Amino acid sequence: MGKKDLLGGSLWDEYSQEVNRRMAEPEHRGDITEVQALKMGGKLIVADYGAESCGDAVRLFWVVDPATDRILDCKFKSFGCGTAIASSDIMAELCIGKTVDEAIKITNIDVEYALRDNPDTPAVPPQKMHCSVMAYDVIKRAASIYKNVDESTLEDEVIVCECARVSLGTIEEVIRLNDLKTVEGITDYTKAGAFCKSCIQPGGHEKREHYLVDILKRVRAEIDASQIREQATTRDFKAMSLVGKIKAIDDVLSAHVKPTLARDGGNVELVDIKEGEDEILVFIQYSGACAGCASSGTATLQMILGILRKELDERIMVVPV
Amino acid sequence: MQRIYMDNNATTIVDPEVFLAMEPFFVRMYGNPNSLHSFGSEVKPSMAMAMEQLYQGINASDDDDIVVNSCATEGNNTVIMGIYFHSILGGDKNHIITTQVEHPAVTETCRFLEKLGVEVTYLPVNEEGVIHSDDVKNAITDRTALVSVMWANNETGMIFPVKQIAYACKNRGVLFHTDAVQAIGKLPVNVQEVPVDYLTFSAHKFHGPKGVGGLFIREGAPMVPLLHGGEHMGGLRSGTINVAGLVGMGKAMELAVGNLDYELSEVLRLRNKLEDAIAAIPDVLVVGKRIHRTPNTTLASVRGVEGEALIWDLNRQGIAASTGSACASESLEANPVMAAIGADKDLAHTGVRFSLSRFTTEEEIDHVIEIFPRVVERLRDISSTYAAGGGPACSVSPEQS
Repeated sequence: MGKKDLLGGSLWDEYSQEVNRRMAEPEHRGDITEVQALKMGGKLIVADYGAESCGDAVRLFWVVDPATDRILDCKFKSFGCGTAIASSDIMAELCIGKTVDEAIKITNIDVEYALRDNPDTPAVPPQKMHCSVMAYDVIKRAASIYKNVDESTLEDEVIVCECARVSLGTIEEVIRLNDLKTVEGITDYTKAGAFCKSCIQPGGHEKREHYLVDILKRVRAEIDASQIREQATTRDFKAMSLVGKIKAIDDVLSAHVKPTLARDGGNVELVDIKEGEDEILVFIQYSGACAGCASSGTATLQMILGILRKELDERIMVVPV
Repeated sequence: MQRIYMDNNATTIVDPEVFLAMEPFFVRMYGNPNSLHSFGSEVKPSMAMAMEQLYQGINASDDDDIVVNSCATEGNNTVIMGIYFHSILGGDKNHIITTQVEHPAVTETCRFLEKLGVEVTYLPVNEEGVIHSDDVKNAITDRTALVSVMWANNETGMIFPVKQIAYACKNRGVLFHTDAVQAIGKLPVNVQEVPVDYLTFSAHKFHGPKGVGGLFIREGAPMVPLLHGGEHMGGLRSGTINVAGLVGMGKAMELAVGNLDYELSEVLRLRNKLEDAIAAIPDVLVVGKRIHRTPNTTLASVRGVEGEALIWDLNRQGIAASTGSACASESLEANPVMAAIGADKDLAHTGVRFSLSRFTTEEEIDHVIEIFPRVVERLRDISSTYAAGGGPACSVSPEQS
């Protein structure tokens, strides 16, 4: 909104005091050497993560006790804006004392929440939420190094909106359950796309693998296909689209009419249909023995009409052309 | 705490003399110049003087037009949209040439026109951040309606070869527009020597008030107004004239031109002093040769230090500078100028811009020289990329040391 844009404070005014404090004096900045880790009786883990498009990068140092998997100490270094520095600092603090498995569960939502001055006021403006995501990603990387497993095995969901930690499955589900038709609807239900907005469509802060516009389009297409399939199986002729009706008439002609006519060397083709309020005109064209046969305007025509009305719709009228 | 303003390419302080010139038109002489009564007519002599100051400031002829408007964004939009309505829509031309590093008032207007089917060539800049006039010459086709190239770049201060471009356009019968907001008051701007068809400027960039700007239109160049609804400015720009703004802009133009020698000597000296100190810090790259830059601007990349963090730290120390790489902006792509000049990945998000003015003092420069290395040191101490080795060392451009 123009007024909000004009009168809103500077970006930095929306940072919590805690963010400001940690930007100015990050408590856990620095590195840890192998020697220091050994002295503490732990194993040194060093993990790097970089968000290439925004240029931010973080390096995480863990000292992990191999006997208990507990993180004895944690430090970081960061190339990034103030939010990235503050997020990395609180992330390091949250790691200390946890086991590696517990640390993996720390998300950027936890990091942002820990930076709040009070529970109800976000610590950073929405467009800066993505700066906190790096903290989550580097923990996952450190854990994968410690456990000597592929990073992907530590993530059981495909995350579409990293700022709000919303998965692909959740988004697909809310679209289906609530018959959502807009991206705004998805944001209302899930908060996906409410922060840095990278996940809405290409061209935002960062390149994403999945975009809400594409997911919506795909799921909507699946919903429509499913409805069409349902109509086709229930043969609810009245509810079918024009193309559906043509297909249904053609199917009935193929299944119930053409084999009978073929026995006498004749055939019939559907030419067109015209749908009015009270009737559906079905235009057909005879061929083979049926073309020019006297019965094609009487008994054969009545047979076709009867079958189409019985199988599909009482309003059908058949017109030979 | 002492506050130091080093962001004069964004906006400038209003010169006290400009303020004094404007003051009467808020309280005592508030008449609408279009009114028939004495309240209206009494403001006209001052407006006439202001227009004269503008015409003299860029050496425009009386046959040319200078349309007073709200800002350079309006001027840029008026020229580009006007050409679309005049020469492209329904005409046989369909091509505009500009650069990749123009102000969004130019590039975004061109992108808008692309949606309407206009072909736009966005010329890339070289590693110093400028285009060569031959690039423009080679890009011109029979279907080119307009070339729009800035006089000087806001981020780097690099001066573009507008004179050669203007002649290249003239020779091919193509209209040429230049966004000169960063040139007025920093460089000699003479529309008789540089045959531009259109030139835009904005008062607040040269110690005038915000919300008032000018559009120079060479005699005979087509002009389709953006705003309709009145006969102001000869029908070229409707809307009641901002009298105080115009008077302020005229005075500011006079002072800017009058102080040009100071800008090109003393401001340049202070800028170079600051730049020498910045460049003396290891792994710092200053963009562009001094000889090709406006005298007040330094854009430096500080390896291992993210631009926004640097600005934040400087702000805490009372120093206002600028970066083009803020990661809260719509796109996190690197600063387009840094990307255009081919800065490597590690440097793309590290730009910090200092832009001085004639009000910048030696004491302020000395203070920044004292503070800046400390800020860099603190952030490099936190930095993962710098601690990781920082990559190949950067060096200052050859002609700077």
